[in-house]
Amino acid sequence: MGSAATAAAVTMQDIHKSFGVLQANRGIDFTLERGEIHALLGENGAGKTTLMRVLYGLYQPDSGRILVGGTEVRIRSPRDAIAHGIGMVTQHFALVPPLTVTENIILGNTRGVRLNIEDAHQRVASASERFGVPVQPRALVKNLSVGERQRVEILKALFHDASVLILDEPTAVLVPQEVDRLFATLRNLVSAGLSVVFISHKLHEVTALTDRVTVLRSGERVGTVDTGATSQAEMARMMVGRVTSGVENTSEADRGPVVLEVDDVVAVGNRGVDALQGISLQVHAGEIVGLAGVSGNGQSELAQVLEGTRTATGGRVAVGGQDLTNGDPTAIMRAGVGRIPEDRHASLVGDLSVAQNLALEHLEDFSDRGMLDRQLIRQHAVEKIERYQIKAGPDDKTRTLSGGNMQKIVLARVLERDPAFIVVSQPTRGLDVGATEYVRERLLEQREKGAAILLISEDLDEILSLSDRVAVIYEGKILGVLSADEADAERLGLLMSGVVT
Amino acid sequence: MSEVFEVGFIVSLIGATLRVATPLVYATIGELFTERSGVLNLGIEGIMFLGGFTGFAVAFGASEAGIEEYLWVGLLAAMAAGVTMGLLMAFLSVTLGVNQHVSGLGITLLSIGLSLFGNRMVFGQRQVLPTVEPFSQLSPARAIESIEPIFQQYALTYIAFLVLIPLSWWILFRTTFGLQLRAVGENPEAADAAGVSVFRTRYIALSAGGALMAAGGAFLSLAQLGAFSPGIIAGRGWVSIALVIFARWHPVRAMWGALLFGGVFALQLRLQTIGFDLPFELFLALPYLVTIAALAIAGRNANYPGAYLKPYKRE
Amino acid sequence: MRLKVERIPAPAWMRPLIPVGAILLTFLITAVLIVLVDADPLRAYYYFLIDPLSSQSGAIEVLVKATPLLLTGAAVAFAFSGGYWNIGAEGQLYAGATAATAIGLQMHGVSSWIAIPLMIVGGFAAGVVWALAPALMKVKLKIDEVVTTLLLNSVAIFIVSALLNGPWRDPISQWPQSPEIAPSAIFPRLIARSRLHLGFLLAVVTILVLWFVLTRTAFGLRMRATGLGVPAARFAGIRVERTLLTSALVSGGIAGLAGVSEVAGIQYHLIDALSPGYGYTGIIVATLGALSAWGVGLAALFLGLIDTGAQTVSRVLGVPVYLGEVIQATLLLVTLAMMLLQGYRISVRRRGP
Repeated sequence: MGSAATAAAVTMQDIHKSFGVLQANRGIDFTLERGEIHALLGENGAGKTTLMRVLYGLYQPDSGRILVGGTEVRIRSPRDAIAHGIGMVTQHFALVPPLTVTENIILGNTRGVRLNIEDAHQRVASASERFGVPVQPRALVKNLSVGERQRVEILKALFHDASVLILDEPTAVLVPQEVDRLFATLRNLVSAGLSVVFISHKLHEVTALTDRVTVLRSGERVGTVDTGATSQAEMARMMVGRVTSGVENTSEADRGPVVLEVDDVVAVGNRGVDALQGISLQVHAGEIVGLAGVSGNGQSELAQVLEGTRTATGGRVAVGGQDLTNGDPTAIMRAGVGRIPEDRHASLVGDLSVAQNLALEHLEDFSDRGMLDRQLIRQHAVEKIERYQIKAGPDDKTRTLSGGNMQKIVLARVLERDPAFIVVSQPTRGLDVGATEYVRERLLEQREKGAAILLISEDLDEILSLSDRVAVIYEGKILGVLSADEADAERLGLLMSGVVT
Repeated sequence: MSEVFEVGFIVSLIGATLRVATPLVYATIGELFTERSGVLNLGIEGIMFLGGFTGFAVAFGASEAGIEEYLWVGLLAAMAAGVTMGLLMAFLSVTLGVNQHVSGLGITLLSIGLSLFGNRMVFGQRQVLPTVEPFSQLSPARAIESIEPIFQQYALTYIAFLVLIPLSWWILFRTTFGLQLRAVGENPEAADAAGVSVFRTRYIALSAGGALMAAGGAFLSLAQLGAFSPGIIAGRGWVSIALVIFARWHPVRAMWGALLFGGVFALQLRLQTIGFDLPFELFLALPYLVTIAALAIAGRNANYPGAYLKPYKRE
Repeated sequence: MRLKVERIPAPAWMRPLIPVGAILLTFLITAVLIVLVDADPLRAYYYFLIDPLSSQSGAIEVLVKATPLLLTGAAVAFAFSGGYWNIGAEGQLYAGATAATAIGLQMHGVSSWIAIPLMIVGGFAAGVVWALAPALMKVKLKIDEVVTTLLLNSVAIFIVSALLNGPWRDPISQWPQSPEIAPSAIFPRLIARSRLHLGFLLAVVTILVLWFVLTRTAFGLRMRATGLGVPAARFAGIRVERTLLTSALVSGGIAGLAGVSEVAGIQYHLIDALSPGYGYTGIIVATLGALSAWGVGLAALFLGLIDTGAQTVSRVLGVPVYLGEVIQATLLLVTLAMMLLQGYRISVRRRGP
């Protein structure tokens, strides 16, 4: 144990954290020195956010130690973390929009019954000046831009005497000018003694801002390097690692004509900013195009536009030559599009039976003059259950099924219609090995039959083992498209981190 | 018709307005605090009813027992009953997370049933309603005859306008509890992250709300009537629900809403005596229709508290 | 040591126990009130549950009392199934009653074969009209339907009151009640010299139609999907807005039928005390019946039984008749609590390292 003056700001030793069978953090060591900006780099599922949530007291580690300023501590909740001078700004701001900036900052930390509002405004204003984080104390948060709200979150942490600040993907919602302001603010704070952990997947930001980088992959620490002394290519390689082989994509099927055309599509995301910024893409018959990218770069929104549940505010979507821009789900299905969405619960009605869910998208085929043909629905269900090895009875409530079986219902519904184009998102997320293999085999089968498939996945291994071509999405646009041979870890890693070579 | 513009008419109208508005002030503020915490309490109609009955029954018993301040004892008992129902609503909606519409209506039905049952049990079926000597009015302006009717009001009316409204504003915007309440009602996740107990805040809001709603009902039986009858509340609870939205959850606007309703009600009574023959029900329907129109205009930007109707479960 | 409460799907054997358990618990709680009035709870429950069914007249009375509840229960269940929170059944009932009265008063000299169907259709239409504004506001402007439907209840009652104190005031008695509707408009008795009237048949047919629509039609399935999960329904191509609108309007119409039934079958004229809250009790019925047609039927009959028994208990044991309402409300709250609690498992576990 060094003396307090030279001890690291935060030391995490041998942190293990699992959620059921998922091992999010496997024996991770992490040290944050005083006065440094330290990046935590990794792709989806690497464990960066989990590690920092452990530090902030939102999760309890299964084992491992945490030291703050050289002294071992127990952090049981965010209140403990704050008491030890650790603050965190998450991707979803914990702000109350109709309240003022000051009220948001002092919330939960007021003493006594009376609120001296004027005094609080003053204290916030002077803190704002002292830390160089400009805010307007009396403004209502709901009237603030995203960048301004983020500054309020940062000031909130500093106001409570944070000496360590964790930022989780802070630039995800900022426009370039706001990113510059943020970096300037952080540099000022650091020169005044703050230590910062900067979670990111964007290499150009990491190289621009940080002093050191720790790379995580699959829950383990790959290494810690000096930013200045390491190339982006090297960082990308550390981030992505080797390609593992799964289902072999062996056949040399011939590519057919273009089936899916996405042309300069623009769409707004849930945060109010454009999630898709003029994205263009083409998928041919008989090929699988994998869409790689770190989550949050517009994949979900693209899938939703193609599924008919999100409006495109610009651009064009066509399938087989037919314009389907902003078509409703029924029109889209009728045009021969199969949709396997990211969230099983958003496409299956849990409290309806398996048979009912199997028939739900095309009830017209199962009803005669408005009346349901229950025989037919049941029969149909029995057939599908057998063909797709769904371990459930036709009358079971869908929400009682395992994730894998639910996914098989979605698959069954889609594949039996011999779609010309399939948009499939995160098909094997949360599934066991058997179900995963099954799903991937079915997709390859469809490809043999000549379907055009757009595979959106956060699992790079999955993309690499199934795709004929790989497109990388970054900040709402396609940054590059590589053929299967060209797509190696390094090139993909760079593209996914925003670096065009 | 010209009588309408005489000073005497206007003065008596203002006095009546304040009186009619009083129970609405209590009930609306009670519901306002509840909804500000993110919970809709449709039990308000029943709780007012229960307050009216409990207040009267206890006051009656207390006066028979020779207790001097039997009216205040009755009022306290009414408020206690209101707190109890508020806690029950909190248990169902906050702790268990039951659908708030149905649980609220269940509480209204339960409260009304219990009150009618209790009324029959205690007083039996009488031709003449049992009564108590109600609250007397204060007359601070007795000397000045021309404006006296405005100031001749019950103590509870003075309290409602001079104490409750400013106090509510102060609590909501100038105290720690008020800040926490507003945060919990808008974004319970953020409040939770800041260390505020969502459950505790909602329980307090529902209990205090219940007490105020019951007080509103008790005013009717202990001040205005001096008796309890089943028609005593007659939908004022639902009016308060409308007024809270109309007031956009702000105490001072709630006061104006209550006064507006009171004024319209008092006006139509007086117009009838003069011989104005428009059906008075039209006037009674006005606040409801105006609120529906206001909702339509405000649209989805009606600024409902962000967490309105959503039970909170920490992940 | 800390308590861990986790949500698990309730085992199937538990589900039917809930109504039974809820009824038992309710009776336990309300026994306190019975004791307070110096009566014997067991005797009281005998009069509530068994006595009415032990004679033909008692059983008929149960059916009479259940009639409006079957209709409002069906109305509310229809709306709730589709995800539309119709709290306005009371107002829609009065709208239907008003239309029935308006038509009924004009039917002097007109054959019953015309008068009655006309009243039924008119009452249904009036209920639809009364449900229209909140439904449109919900679908087009995304405004919460709970408060709007609730407020319109009061407005409906005011309109009725205005009519009864004005143009429809009975010229003979001068009381606020409408003149009697034409004799041809009065619902015929189903059983001679009893109070059981055509309205009961109407109610039974409505329940059957409810059952049929919910379980046998494509529309019913789409409606249920919408009520269970709008995102999934939308994904499947269901036109959610159109479905909600239909749900809301049909619900209003059925509630209107309840008003027709009370005017043409029981009262024969419009009075402002026509409904002691059937629209609200309908919400109890729909909730207890877990939104299924059979459930609604059983729940309505059960509450009708309680209503009948309450009269007897009051007459024989001197227990205030309002105990019936207390029982119904308590049953609702207990059922709600049990439906939530059934899905929980509470376990104690040692704290982690």
